[in-house]
Amino acid sequence: MDLSQYMDLFLAEAKEHLESLDENLLKLEGNPEDGEVLNEIFRSAHTLKGMAATMGFEQITELTHEMESSLALLKEGRLHVTPELFDVLLRCVDTLDAMIQDAKSNGEQPYLSSLISELRGISKLGANAPDLSSSQPEQSSSKPLEFNEHEILVLKAAENSQYQAYCIKIGLAPNTVMKSVRVFMVFQNLEEYGQIIKCQPPVQDLEEERFGDSFEVVFVSQTPRETISKALEKIAEVQVLSMQELNSTNFDNQKAFQQAKTEAPGSNQASSPTSRVGRTLRTVRVDIERLDNLMNLVGELVINKIRLEQIGQTHRITDLLEAIEQMGRLTTDLQSLVMKVRMVPIEQVFNRFPRTVRDLAREMGKDVQFMIEGKETELDRTVIDEIGDPLVHLIRNAIDHGIECPEERVEAGKAKTATLRLAAYHEGNNVIIEVEDDGRGMDLDKIRTRAINKGFFTEKEGEYLDDAAVLKVIFQPGFSTADVVTDISGRGVGLDVVKSTIESLNGSIEIDTKKKAGTKIKISLPLTLAIIQALLVSVGGELYAIPLSSIDETTSILPGQIKTMQNQEIMLLRGAVLPLVRLHHLLEVPPVTSEENEELYVVVVRKGERRIGLVVDLLVGQQEIVIKTLGKLLTGIPGIAGATILGSGEVSLILDINSLF
Amino acid sequence: MPDGQMNFKDEIQLVVFSVGKEEYGLDISQVQEINRLLPITRVPRAPACIEGVINLRGDVVPVMNLHSRLGLGMRTDTDRTRIVITQVQGISVGLIVDEVLEVLSLRSSTIEPPAMTGISNTGYLQGIGKIEGRLLLLLDLVSLLDLKESDETVA
Repeated sequence: MDLSQYMDLFLAEAKEHLESLDENLLKLEGNPEDGEVLNEIFRSAHTLKGMAATMGFEQITELTHEMESSLALLKEGRLHVTPELFDVLLRCVDTLDAMIQDAKSNGEQPYLSSLISELRGISKLGANAPDLSSSQPEQSSSKPLEFNEHEILVLKAAENSQYQAYCIKIGLAPNTVMKSVRVFMVFQNLEEYGQIIKCQPPVQDLEEERFGDSFEVVFVSQTPRETISKALEKIAEVQVLSMQELNSTNFDNQKAFQQAKTEAPGSNQASSPTSRVGRTLRTVRVDIERLDNLMNLVGELVINKIRLEQIGQTHRITDLLEAIEQMGRLTTDLQSLVMKVRMVPIEQVFNRFPRTVRDLAREMGKDVQFMIEGKETELDRTVIDEIGDPLVHLIRNAIDHGIECPEERVEAGKAKTATLRLAAYHEGNNVIIEVEDDGRGMDLDKIRTRAINKGFFTEKEGEYLDDAAVLKVIFQPGFSTADVVTDISGRGVGLDVVKSTIESLNGSIEIDTKKKAGTKIKISLPLTLAIIQALLVSVGGELYAIPLSSIDETTSILPGQIKTMQNQEIMLLRGAVLPLVRLHHLLEVPPVTSEENEELYVVVVRKGERRIGLVVDLLVGQQEIVIKTLGKLLTGIPGIAGATILGSGEVSLILDINSLF
Repeated sequence: MPDGQMNFKDEIQLVVFSVGKEEYGLDISQVQEINRLLPITRVPRAPACIEGVINLRGDVVPVMNLHSRLGLGMRTDTDRTRIVITQVQGISVGLIVDEVLEVLSLRSSTIEPPAMTGISNTGYLQGIGKIEGRLLLLLDLVSLLDLKESDETVA
């Protein structure tokens, strides 16, 4: 029977029952005599059991069954309400919650057995000795300290950041009045130096003066112990009885101890319960849309910060500028944090490729060794979602067209097994993904011929175009249809699509190929898509933003120093020839008359290996900009990567150096 | 203004605006809002009829010069010049019009298909509506935005 249609219903109802269990258990602990609440708990557990059994979740059924048994004992009065029992019952509820969360995958829950045996142990203990366990462990300050999972995590984290943990036993003089005030002062004094992790008895008992003459505090601090104990002894009638340093072996022992206690005879799955619970406590699943909204808000914040900066500068308000500087640091931190939250290791995409490669290689009778490097490299979530398909394309092309059959390889004197390498790594503010094969490479002459036949360039052009320019043609839509590509031993099934996807992510793609030796395709993607550093330049009264990542340097020049070489304007920069491009011409900016001896500015940008100087009127300044798209209507305008809104509210266009010329 | 009558199925509501001396209508469901003229940033290399982009409360929206798109000569800005923000197929675009006149309902039966009129170059028209002796040219936003056929001014 297909139960999947009932899954959502089950999940929703189970959640309700769990919430009610949680709530009522706490109620019952506070008021053990309340039979009505107990019945309610019993009913919830019973319903849950029935539902889980119907849905076929055996482990949930098993656990709820055990809970039910213990609850039955409670009901019959053979078991009494003790904190220990409730600890276990509440942990059962937590576990159930986790199990129901994973219910879809219905994976094994190895930590169940220990929990169940613990539950059984307690029930048995209680049932055998019904009247002994009923005493409330109110005066439990003599009990050894126990840490829960969360506390151990905190202690470990503290230790890792050079904090020392202490277990301080504090005594009050006999017959002290207002004990709670002493406690409060102890806490207050301690908190000046560090953080209190735990106290025994619990804070509530301390506050209500339900303790003897002493209590214990676990405390982390970087302050020397003498200072701490002095600070405590300052308080009248307070005495430090002992101050023990704790380190991870203490908590590890503690952990082991706790586990040993948890482990009932017959079960030996040691580490899973605690680590599992620890992890679920520390992560949160967030809808990607919420992160996008957060990102947008941070973007707006940055725009407003820049606006404030401008106001501060215009009016020269020193105080404001200082405050803004502070805020600037905060927004930068916030921004990088949000960025980091959105980062996902590329392994999510890469992990599906070994299978793809294996299947394709088998299908085409090729012998391929697949290597993945740098799969831990992190990329923005949006990029991850988009990059999969282009990579599949490239890998498929490499296996289909690039890599030869084993026989052909042996004939060509290559190793029989071809190597296909997929690598990701960081380079500056970019992430580089490479797909490299040692196949037959692309035949440039054939591509050239093909391009001429298809009319991408004339025969004459074909003669003097260099290899790089010829290679570009394979990214042209319509250059290749599958059969043609196989003919010319190149690749190109949908390479135009690959290119446009990469470009829509503000990335670039390059091909490096050697006939008979292989092909390397290098994709370069920005780390983040949303906010970049840019240089604002003014051209004929218009403002443009140039991403800092493509700028090498800036310099200035007098119009008289511009020379020409074969009709191309150039300048000499430290003795080297730098071709110049007037941004006015490139961007068809309406001409503004300029004085002949007025200084011009040159922004030296990089395009691949080439360096080019962009001549502009003025450098306005460097700032963070939030990238916005121009919308579907205007996508693909060469040279324009998008737009940004400046602090003034004005829209300024972002130049895309790669496609500008 | 809407004429208070019941909205029958065969009636459409139009935003009516003037461009040059002509009156145009656009299905109200495609109109998102109407704005005064905002500062426009020119976009180089964009099709000629795209005047640029505006900042619409944090979103960057392209605006089209309807004069140039419809071949009606130069535009002069006045106090009444408006940007009609339209939305179709997920694309937002602002249309610069000389004046927004009214919103009215029109019976489908009074709309003639453009081909019947014998006027050439009617690709961006959905039809021609007649109301009290006025002629309303109903714009077809989808073909209006299909810029490829309109001009290839991109170098």
